[in-house]
Amino acid sequence: MEARLGAQTPDTTAVGPLGLAVLPAARRVALSPLAMRRWQNFKTNRRGYWSFWIFIVLFVISLGAEFIANDKPLYVRYDGKSYFPVFFTYPETAFGGDFETAADYRDPYVQKLIADKGGSMIWPPIRYSYDTHNLDLPTPAPSPPTWLLSEAQCKPVVERKHLHGCRDLEYNWLGTDDQGRDVLARLIYGFRISVLFGLVLTVVSSIIGVAAGAVQGYFGGWTDLLFQRFIEIWTSVPELYLLLIISSVLVPGFFVLLGILLLFSWVRLVGLVRAEFLRGRNFEYIMAARALGVSNAVIMFRHLLPNAMVATMTFVPFIMSSSVMTLTALDFLGFGLPPGSPSLGELLSQGKANVQAPWLGLTGFFSLALMLSLLIFVGEAVRDAFDPRKTYA
Amino acid sequence: MTEPLLSIRDLAVAFRHGGGQETLAVDRVSFDIGTGETVGLVGESGSGKSVTALSILKLLPYPTARHPSGSVVFKGRDLLRLSERDMRRVRGDDITIVFQEPMTSLNPLHTIEKQIGEILLLHRGLTGEPARRRTVEVLAQVGIPDPQSRLGSYPHQLSGGQRQRVMIAMALANEPDLLIADEPTTALDVTVQAQIIELLRDIKKRLGMSLLFITHDLGIVRKIADRVCVMKEGRIVEQGAVERIFAAPEHPYTRALLVAEPKPDPAPPQPDAPMVLETTDLKVWFPIKRGVLRRVVGHIKAVDGVSIALRKGETLGVVGESGSGKTSLGLAILRLISSDGPIVFMGNKLQGLRFREMRPFRRDMQIVFQDPYGSLSPRLSVAEIIKEGLKVHHPRMAERERDERVIRALADVGLDPATRFRFPHEFSGGQRQRIAVARAVVLEPSFVVLDEPTSALDMLIQSQMVDLLRDLQKRRNLTYLFISHDLRVVAALASRLVVMQQGKVVEAGEAAELFRHPKSDYTRALFAAAFNLETAPAGVVAQ
Repeated sequence: MEARLGAQTPDTTAVGPLGLAVLPAARRVALSPLAMRRWQNFKTNRRGYWSFWIFIVLFVISLGAEFIANDKPLYVRYDGKSYFPVFFTYPETAFGGDFETAADYRDPYVQKLIADKGGSMIWPPIRYSYDTHNLDLPTPAPSPPTWLLSEAQCKPVVERKHLHGCRDLEYNWLGTDDQGRDVLARLIYGFRISVLFGLVLTVVSSIIGVAAGAVQGYFGGWTDLLFQRFIEIWTSVPELYLLLIISSVLVPGFFVLLGILLLFSWVRLVGLVRAEFLRGRNFEYIMAARALGVSNAVIMFRHLLPNAMVATMTFVPFIMSSSVMTLTALDFLGFGLPPGSPSLGELLSQGKANVQAPWLGLTGFFSLALMLSLLIFVGEAVRDAFDPRKTYA
Repeated sequence: MTEPLLSIRDLAVAFRHGGGQETLAVDRVSFDIGTGETVGLVGESGSGKSVTALSILKLLPYPTARHPSGSVVFKGRDLLRLSERDMRRVRGDDITIVFQEPMTSLNPLHTIEKQIGEILLLHRGLTGEPARRRTVEVLAQVGIPDPQSRLGSYPHQLSGGQRQRVMIAMALANEPDLLIADEPTTALDVTVQAQIIELLRDIKKRLGMSLLFITHDLGIVRKIADRVCVMKEGRIVEQGAVERIFAAPEHPYTRALLVAEPKPDPAPPQPDAPMVLETTDLKVWFPIKRGVLRRVVGHIKAVDGVSIALRKGETLGVVGESGSGKTSLGLAILRLISSDGPIVFMGNKLQGLRFREMRPFRRDMQIVFQDPYGSLSPRLSVAEIIKEGLKVHHPRMAERERDERVIRALADVGLDPATRFRFPHEFSGGQRQRIAVARAVVLEPSFVVLDEPTSALDMLIQSQMVDLLRDLQKRRNLTYLFISHDLRVVAALASRLVVMQQGKVVEAGEAAELFRHPKSDYTRALFAAAFNLETAPAGVVAQ
C-alpha cells in the first residue's frame, strides 16, 4: 500500500541523462512515470545537472572544432566565385598561384593573390589547426601566450611584418607547444578526440560486457562457472604492461588503441549485469514468459535487460571517465595516438619536458581536471537518478 | 470495561509526496480498546488499517506522513504528543507489534536468543542468566517445542509458523498491555494459521492483555475478536460487537464483505470427455550435492510419483500445505522444471521434448501465477504483455488482428480495453491478476494451470476472481488444474480433488465426496483448519 501512495509524478517533458532510455517512443503519449521520476531526481542534483549541460555544450563545441580553429578559411570569395576550403581542398592554381599543391591560406603570397582580385576570406575565430606551425613566433618555441609577451620580445616580428606592437600579432591565447603549434587549437581537437574515444570505448565495452554478463547470469551453471574463472584469470593480467607491449608492436592509431583497451575494459560491467540476471531469471514474469514459449534471446532482451540497464547506466559515466584517463596515460607515456595527433596526454608530457613553459602543463592539467570532474559529477547525478530508494520513495 | 486502555479519537494520517500534494490515508478514525479486549480491524488492502496501527506506535515515515488531527490516548497519555525518547519506552514494552511477514521480520544474522534478549535488555536491563531464563519462558509460552535447544537457532532454521511464534514471543517478552497483530497469519498456511490464532487466543486469555488484530479475513475476526471495526478507504464505516456485526450488519460494505465467500458451484466431473492431461508416476527430484566433487548424496523429493488424469472441461483441485509439492507439480506438467515420468497432453507425449519442440504445445497450455505483482513485467504496457504470446505463436498475424484479440481478452476478463496502454503498476492486485488471466486466455488454450491465483487477493476480489474463472471455463470449455491451499476457493471451483503431502498424493477423488467424507487425518486437519480455523493434533500437519 505504501508503494502506491507515491505513484503520481509531476507532469513534465523530459530528456534523459546522456539522452538514453527516456526518449519517448513515437506513439506513447507520456513518458513512463518511472523515467520522469528519474529525470526529476537527476535535476535535483544541481551540480550534476549543470555539469551535464556544461559538458554537452563543450562537447558540441568541440565537435565543430574545424569551424573554430582551422588554418583554412570558412569561405573564400575569389573572382566572383565561392570556395569552401573547410570542406574541399583547392590547389593553389585555383587562386592564380604557381603550384598544383593544396593552397596554404596562411601564406601571405596566397592571401595577396586573393586580395588582388578583390576577393575576401572569412576565417574561423582561431586561425590555427592542431597541426599548424606558427612561423612568426616572437620567441623560440614553446612560446608563451601572446598577451604575456613584452614589447621587447615582440619587436623583431613586429618590425618584420610592419606592425605597431604585440597587440597586432596573431594571438596564441594559450601559447604554443615545443613545435610552435597553437595550444588552444590542440586543446579543442584534443578534447574532442578524448571524449569521442571515451564514448566509443564505453559504448562498445558496455555492449560486450552486458552481453557477456547476460549470458552468464541467464544460463548459469557451467557457462557461468567457466566464464567466471576465465574472467578472474583475465583480470589478473597486469593491464598496463600488456598495453605497453602490444602498442609497441602494433602501429598505434585510434582504432588499434580502441581494440587494445577494449581487451580489458569490457570486464567491468560483467559482474554487475550477471548478478542482475541471476536475480531476475527467477522472477515470476520470466517464468510466465517461458510458459508462453518465448525464446531465451527475447526473454533476455525484452524482460531482463531493462532491469540490468539501471545498474549499467549508473556505471557508464564512471567507465567513460576512466577510459579518458587510460588514453591520456598512454599518450603521456608516448604509447598512445600517433605522433602529431592532438592529445591531452601528449600536452602533459610536453609540460613535463618544458618546465620553463608552465602554460603547457597548466592547460593540460586544468582541462583534464575540468573534463573528469564534470564526468564524475554527471555520474553522481545519474547514480542519484537511478537510486531505487529515491525513485520509489 | 470501565476506562479503555487505548482510546483513539479523530485520528487522521496524511502522506505528502512530490509536488506538494497530500493523500489522506486515514480519515478521522475513532475507536477504543478496553483492557483484556480483542478488537478486529477489518478491511481490504489500501483501506488504511495498517497505517492506523502503525500510527499508534508512531512508526510511520515522518515527516512524509503527518497527523492533521486526532489523539491516541494510552493510559492517560497522548502518544502522538510524546517525544521520540518517551515513545521508545512505550514501544516494545507497553505496546508491541507482530508483522505480517515472518520471513523478513527477523534479522537473519542473529540467533533467536540474541533477538529476544535485545528487547529484554533494552526495557528491563536483563542480561545473562535471567535474560536466558525469561527467553526460554516466553518461547515455551508460544509453543516452541524444546525451547532450550532452540536458543541458538537462526531464523532460517525455523519454519514460517515457528518464526511467527518467535515474533510473538518477542512481542510478549516484556508482558505488554497491548499487542498489535498486523495480518500475522496472511503469509502462512491454513493449518499453521489455525495454530497461530489458537495461540494468540490462549495467550491473551492467560496474560490478560489487549489485542488489536488486523486482517482482511472476516472468518478469523469472528473466531478471535470481541469487537470489530470495518474500514474502507480510510474511514471506519461500522463498528460494534462481533456477534452484532455478523448477525445484523448495517453498512452495505460490511454486508458485501460478509457475502464475499466464493459460492461453491464447481464444474461437474466429465467421465466421458476426452482426456486432456495424464501423468503417470511423475517425479520432480532436486539433487542434494555435497563435498568438493559435488557428489549427489540424496534428493529432495518435491513431487514423488504423482499420477493424475484430467478430462476436458474439468477442474482438478490440488491442495496441501506449503512445501507439499503442489506448485512443482504444476510447473513440471508445463515442462518449466525438469521431471521424470510420462506426461501425455491431448495424446502427445511431452516428456523429453526440448524447449523449442515444446513451443507448439504451449499455445494450448497456459499458467496463471500466484503473485500478481511479480508475474507481470513492470516495464511493458498491458497490451504488450498480453500480445507477447501472440507474437510467439502467431508470428504472421497482422498487428491489427493482434490488437483486436487483446481487446477481446481484456473485455473477457472484465477490464476496460481502453486501459491497455497503461503499465501494470497503475492497476490494483485484482486487476493485475485479471491481466495475467487475459495473457493466458488470449492464446485460446484448452488447459490452464492456476497456481494459487487468489491467495494474494482480498476477500471481495477473491470471490470475483472465482466467478470470472468459472465463467471463462463455461464459455470456453477450459480445463483447469487449480492449485491452492485455500480450500474455500477450491471448493468453489474443483470437480475433483488431489490432496498432497510431502510430494505424494494422500487422497484423491470427486470433490463433493471428498469434502463430505475425508478419509485421512491429514485431509481432515486441512479441512478443519480451512473451514473452522481449528487446529489438528500434533504430528498430522507441519508446525
